[in-house]
Amino acid sequence: MHDRGGWSSDAPIDRSEHTLADWELLTDALVGALGRQGVMNVDELRRGIESMPPDEYERASYYERWLYSAETILTEKGLIAPGELDARLAG
Amino acid sequence: MTYRVGQRVRVAARPHEGHHRTPGYVKGKTGRIERVHAAFTNPETRAYGEDGLPEQRLYSVGFARGDHLVYVDIFEHWLKEAK
Amino acid sequence: MSHDHDHAPITNGDEPAAAARAHALEELLVEKGVLRREDVREGIDWLVSRTPADGARLVARAWVDPEFKQRLLEDARAAALELGLDPGPSPVLVAVENTAHVHHMVVCTLCSCYPRALLGPPPDWYKSFPYRTRAVSDPRGVLTEFGVELDDDVELHVLDSTADRDPAPAGWQRGADRGRAGRARHPRLDDRRRSARAQASALIFSRARVFAGCR
Repeated sequence: MHDRGGWSSDAPIDRSEHTLADWELLTDALVGALGRQGVMNVDELRRGIESMPPDEYERASYYERWLYSAETILTEKGLIAPGELDARLAG
Repeated sequence: MTYRVGQRVRVAARPHEGHHRTPGYVKGKTGRIERVHAAFTNPETRAYGEDGLPEQRLYSVGFARGDHLVYVDIFEHWLKEAK
Repeated sequence: MSHDHDHAPITNGDEPAAAARAHALEELLVEKGVLRREDVREGIDWLVSRTPADGARLVARAWVDPEFKQRLLEDARAAALELGLDPGPSPVLVAVENTAHVHHMVVCTLCSCYPRALLGPPPDWYKSFPYRTRAVSDPRGVLTEFGVELDDDVELHVLDSTADRDPAPAGWQRGADRGRAGRARHPRLDDRRRSARAQASALIFSRARVFAGCR
């Protein structure tokens, strides 16, 4: 899913740009800070992204994939409990 | 083994479940060592919380592909000398 | 999904559900003492202060100083430090030069490795699926789309830089020449008609192409 080099595509490349939203900068910075603290590294980040269900991977935006991975890896490491983030968002 | 610039190498075509950084489109392909970068921690184990040791040497390998060349960074344990 | 109705994601104005999720994750990690808010702010400050003008400075110097250009091509990391620029944590940074005979493109087919320290965050198209595929299957077609027509006798070299590493936490020091396995970043840009950001990047490639190698 992530390994795109061998695919075939003639889709045009969309060159419209968007300014990074605050939450995108935040997600980037969270992952960077977790790396500097030795909590999770870039290989884990990528592995977490690659573990996304294929349809979600296709649909998600760039930083949605980062966020998915950070949650996955942090949950795996026991730093957040499964469902903890959802509970907070619901409350 | 250690490779040197100019040497012909073949990329392993082996299946690899799990995280790795060798793009599928060069697996099984023969190319030429263009640069010897240095040795780095192994993403295949580091992606699962390990320390990634021992370090693996990383090379830039050039492949002819249609009307262009592609240079891909490949770790040594994916390479074999090509005759 | 176990329920049978659609419901709107939790949003704040026009923000996607992911925005609320990112903020909640930060809160949670700060509360748990995993991260300090200052660490996160520092990361944001760094990211928004990155600009392709830094990469352009390297190239502009190479235009007027042949000895510097030689050093840039030999060791782009050392060359950046020489100009007081932050080359990022990667221990290896590679610059390549476009000539009358060779043209370069850079891609990361596996994700989006990019020399952010010197060029800022990658453009959206660099991270897009069509670019990640076509840069290695149909690079001349991509260049044509970007308004770059190469003569048939110009060799096209595509760098698929996928081996980006991050530094060990202990070795990480922003802006310092430190760190072991660094982050690979690969720049590349050929479109001269994009925004100001892209124009600065295009400068990079119009003669001494700076691009970053992996690791």
